Amino acid sequence: MEPKDMICIACPLGCRLSIYEDNSAEGFIVSGNKCLRGIDYAVKEMTNPTRVLTTTVKISKAFFSRIPVRTNGAIPKSLIYEAMKLINCIEIQAPVRMGQVLIKNILDTGVDIIASRSMYEREMLDHIKDSTFEVKKSL
Amino acid sequence: MNNYEIVVIGGGPAGLAAAIEARKNGVKKILLIERDRELGGILQQCIHNGFGLHIFKEELTGPEYAERYIQELITMGIEYKLNTMVIEITKNRQITAINTIDGIMHIQGKAIILAMGCRERTRGAVRIPGTRPAGILTAGMAQRFVNMEGYMIGKRIIILGSGDIGLIMARRLTLEGAQVLAVAEIMPFSGGLTRNIVQCLEDYNIPLFLSHTVVDIEGQDRVKAVTIAKVDKNSIPIKGTEKRFECDTLLLSVGLIPENELSKCAGIELDKVTGGSIVNESMETSIEGIFACGNVVHVHDLVDWVTEESKRAGKSAAKYVKGESTGRYKVINIKGINGVRYVIPQLLRVKNITESINLMMRVDNIYKNIKFIVKGNGQKIKEIKRAHVAPGEIETIKITLNELTYRDYNEISVEIVKEEA
Amino acid sequence: MFDVAVIGAGITGTFIARELSKYQLRVLMIEKDNDIANGTTKANSAIVHAGYDVLQGTLKAQLNVKGNKMYEEVCRELQVPFKRIGSLVIAFNNNEIKLLEELYKRGLSNGVPDMEILSRERVLALEPNLNDDVIGALYAKTAGIVGPWELAIALAENALENGVELFLNSTVTGIKKIKDFYCVKAGNQDINTKLVINCAGIYADKINDMVSDIHFKMLPFKGEYNLFDKNAGDMVNTIIFRCPSDAGKGVVILPTVHGNLLIGPTSELVDSKDALQTTSEGLKFIQQHTKLTLKGINFGNVITSFTGLRAKTMLHDFIIEEAEDALGFINVAGIDSPGLTAAPAIAEYVLNLIKHRLGNIQKNEKFSSSRRPNINFMELSVEEKRKIIQKDPKFGRIICRCEGITEGEIIDVIHRKPGAKTLDGVKRRARPGSGRCQGGFCTPRVMEIIARELGIDITEVVKDGLDSYILTGETK
Repeated sequence: MEPKDMICIACPLGCRLSIYEDNSAEGFIVSGNKCLRGIDYAVKEMTNPTRVLTTTVKISKAFFSRIPVRTNGAIPKSLIYEAMKLINCIEIQAPVRMGQVLIKNILDTGVDIIASRSMYEREMLDHIKDSTFEVKKSL
Repeated sequence: MNNYEIVVIGGGPAGLAAAIEARKNGVKKILLIERDRELGGILQQCIHNGFGLHIFKEELTGPEYAERYIQELITMGIEYKLNTMVIEITKNRQITAINTIDGIMHIQGKAIILAMGCRERTRGAVRIPGTRPAGILTAGMAQRFVNMEGYMIGKRIIILGSGDIGLIMARRLTLEGAQVLAVAEIMPFSGGLTRNIVQCLEDYNIPLFLSHTVVDIEGQDRVKAVTIAKVDKNSIPIKGTEKRFECDTLLLSVGLIPENELSKCAGIELDKVTGGSIVNESMETSIEGIFACGNVVHVHDLVDWVTEESKRAGKSAAKYVKGESTGRYKVINIKGINGVRYVIPQLLRVKNITESINLMMRVDNIYKNIKFIVKGNGQKIKEIKRAHVAPGEIETIKITLNELTYRDYNEISVEIVKEEA
Repeated sequence: MFDVAVIGAGITGTFIARELSKYQLRVLMIEKDNDIANGTTKANSAIVHAGYDVLQGTLKAQLNVKGNKMYEEVCRELQVPFKRIGSLVIAFNNNEIKLLEELYKRGLSNGVPDMEILSRERVLALEPNLNDDVIGALYAKTAGIVGPWELAIALAENALENGVELFLNSTVTGIKKIKDFYCVKAGNQDINTKLVINCAGIYADKINDMVSDIHFKMLPFKGEYNLFDKNAGDMVNTIIFRCPSDAGKGVVILPTVHGNLLIGPTSELVDSKDALQTTSEGLKFIQQHTKLTLKGINFGNVITSFTGLRAKTMLHDFIIEEAEDALGFINVAGIDSPGLTAAPAIAEYVLNLIKHRLGNIQKNEKFSSSRRPNINFMELSVEEKRKIIQKDPKFGRIICRCEGITEGEIIDVIHRKPGAKTLDGVKRRARPGSGRCQGGFCTPRVMEIIARELGIDITEVVKDGLDSYILTGETK
């Protein structure tokens, strides 16, 4: 069987991988990877490609009207649009803490949608004139 | 006049890391000045993941990466001012800044760290012909609108330039329901990270037209159509290769320029290739006591490198204000030749190096199976093999103190040599 | 019933309206666009010409020289930037020197003062960045530079404060003579007026044809320009013209009143009045011709390119007269170069035509010739800056980092008359977005301010025309 070429996107290095099926336990042989994640990536791309989804969610009472969110793990590529639909439906309220779970176990993937930053309430933010206030608040 | 030991200008990843590192090195009176209404800089609009892999061994989003440093800065009690714009710096390290609460402030810093980041090149700079309707905007501006303010900037979109922001926005706009019809890139290769081509374009079947540029924009009020054409080796459009797309938006991702207006006003020497200030191994500019780090020095591909470089600036500035400064040692010039566009730092004083120094560089083209050769006074110091290098990705070469002191060098050069097959 | 309706709020229309506001007349300006000064006025060379190259004996020559002399006063009254920096016509061979002498003589007969033919040494002393093979130049000290749209906006503001009215977004679609007055159909309104002044620029022929059977045709001549970063603004100190030759006039190189460098225009007859696009040919033309004149120019410093359409006719002179077959309908047409220079004199000239038609008109005793100057934060002293921020903290928030424009300045121009309602409107009045990043940083912030001050949603903020929307809606 002809090897399949792909670029590893497990990290920004972008290793050029080559993968072909064989009879080993993993079922595939991968070359061109600089780390073990390259093998995982290539095998996954052949069997069940997954992606981390990053997007935004509506938020009220914050300075901005959107808060960035992400999946806390990779979800099947084929579910991205369906996940977007669900994410686009929800609306949350400030304050929100970074890492807070906003949708649990989205589409039964075992992966949650989490806030990827903290957002304070707008009224509170309006009072943050300088660091002294922030420091007091964080104590 | 307010006096500080170190004033950091810019609260993005560079400024945050520099301020934190300066504090860790014992500097008490630090002020960080940020023009936006929160810290974090452009990271706050970069909601995609891929940040922090080298430093945290995790794939964070921009806001997450920023928040870690913001928390650290706040916990350390480092003073900062938001919504504050620096309007002048002098070579004597006096800063004039304004905001709505303090009015005009004159601030004296023993040391200053410049961390103003970069700005986007615009349509004017690349001189794209056509009308001037609404619907032509830079990718970064679109990113702010879509990710932070929550507004869409168009429905049918053409993107010029395959830099990372352009690629990231292609995916982002697609996910939010827009149709990205094409990405055109004037070079025969993309200026962005390869992984972004895969997961932003290929995943969403967005065509990438290499060696193509925009030759016409139509529409009086709003963009109605954009025509792209293939270009020849000299980047001149080839007649007869035009493709016209009916669309309402043209997004530009045509490069970033270090934001050095303040550096210029202080009289800091700039590098013609990078557009940023010339720095030495301590990230010190041509003016003593003024340091620079991050995209204001040269445009980085990964924020991790920005953090690393900025820590060096913070540490050096701390040394400087504590009087542990290094003084006027012999300076070695570093330059890139034969395929290496530039090397940071441009200047090096061996006495200031403790163990090793990372040379950061960008190449001018895509090369396969090459060696980087580092030479001192024309003699090889070391060589490093690379299977693949591209202009979009910064290369780093570590040089140890031993390698630097083997001989008394005046000049170091880095070049690319093709490996024999 | 209006006494006078001025169609077109460009530089001639606004000069005329302001002139008429000195009298007890009910005056209306009718503008098809969403803002004033939106046609040729916003895209031209911004030069106040000395007047040596206009044909002797023409109305153009007369009004050019007269208008030039009027500039100081009006720009002082209205606090508009105007600098009499002088112009050079440079020569590279003996034929061109002969031409300079001709121009000099023509200038004398047109009544142009302060002209001089300079030697090579003196030219290069004045303009060290010119190509070394220059051999002489005609120096006209009275030439100057002005902010054309700033002037038109200031004139309109002053006119409105003195009682003139303004209808925007009102394309004139028909004019009917009814007894001794006209009914002008503009937008969705019918406007009755005793007199109509046609200042419709490149559309003046269309307006004329609605009333008169004596036709003329506007020929839109396209001119493309490059505007350079302020770091190139000191490449030249004066306005540099080439000698007109068979190969054309070449390009003009000049600093702007704000310190940028402006180079252009190309010249091309186009078939459409919407042909406002720049072209790669035009950009190339400018680049090639600039290199014939200037050394060391870096086109990487271009921050924007734009196109204007000159309002030319087949005639060599302005058409400023009452239509023979339509009493009370006055054409002010074919106002191509030096139209900007002549505009103040045109206004006086038109006033006399109106006096002739309306008889004795009374002075407006309440007329005030000045207006509150625009605030320019960066040009204030430290003490003044401190004071203004204390009075209004919004002057402490810089919105446009390239030009140093504060929120206070932006709010001010939104609430003046005729207030800025669009992104371009704010840019033309207060300059955010006209610097090197071309709005890359400030656009979202300016839009937010416009929306807040006008009480509209940010998605309703437009760039320029009513359909030039910027945002298509919310995400999600």
